[in-house]
Amino acid sequence: MSLFKVFGVSGSAIGAQNVRLNTIASNLANADSISGPDGKAYRARQVIFQTQLTDANDQASAGVRVAQVIESDAEGRKMFDPKNPMADESGHVTMPNVNVIDEMVNMISASRAYQNNVEVMNTTKNLLAKTIAMGS
Amino acid sequence: MLNRITSQIDFNAEALKLRSERQRVIAANIANADTPNFQARDFNFREALGNATRDIASPGSTSSAAMPRSLATTDSRHVAAGTLSTLSLGAKGTPLQYRQPVQGAFDGNTVEVHQETANFAENAVRYEASLRFLNGQIKSMGMAINGQ
Repeated sequence: MSLFKVFGVSGSAIGAQNVRLNTIASNLANADSISGPDGKAYRARQVIFQTQLTDANDQASAGVRVAQVIESDAEGRKMFDPKNPMADESGHVTMPNVNVIDEMVNMISASRAYQNNVEVMNTTKNLLAKTIAMGS
Repeated sequence: MLNRITSQIDFNAEALKLRSERQRVIAANIANADTPNFQARDFNFREALGNATRDIASPGSTSSAAMPRSLATTDSRHVAAGTLSTLSLGAKGTPLQYRQPVQGAFDGNTVEVHQETANFAENAVRYEASLRFLNGQIKSMGMAINGQ
């Protein structure tokens, strides 16, 4: 019954979007973290999605997985704050390269995608319940 | 005898199976709405139903014209069309096709979520319709057996 595989496909997508939301939350939380474990400013992280076949013989069951989490190498903005212990010789502090607007837009997109997949699972669940009741 | 009784049910059962296949394909499209370079897919339902029900002798199925299309291979190194993405519909497989996006995305993804959501809803309703036909047939057969 191929309707059951919908749960695998949509479930993997929900998992992937979940990781994406976590990453966004981490980026937003660290938008002002000027020093991390390595002594440098936080770098924004992005997830890379990849199609993953839930069944190797079946091209139609294409789920999603997070292939990797990359760190953005964009230049962080410099803030002039000579009193800050993290300031360099010219008195500038390197801030994280997190773009809060980008992250908020990304969050809305992730949340909508998450909702879509939940909706797909709900519809499929209803259809399966009706299929089980067939002939009664 | 029994063949004739069940042929109508078989037709709707095949339709139901194909609807669930299509539901899965569209779910995969929605799931991969944010995956770079993912190509949205779907299949020709009419052709698939024609392929699946060709053997069923039924007054309801008029699908003699729907023959599966295939590309001629004139060299041993040619890849036969449809071998890479064939639905698991037994020997009478219908190839999955790629959807043409109305507005392509920057990352090469061709999923249009609003379109897929509409397709998904439509397919769900048609699935329920097939289910209802099937239920009605089972019920009337039961009535005929019980004689009341």
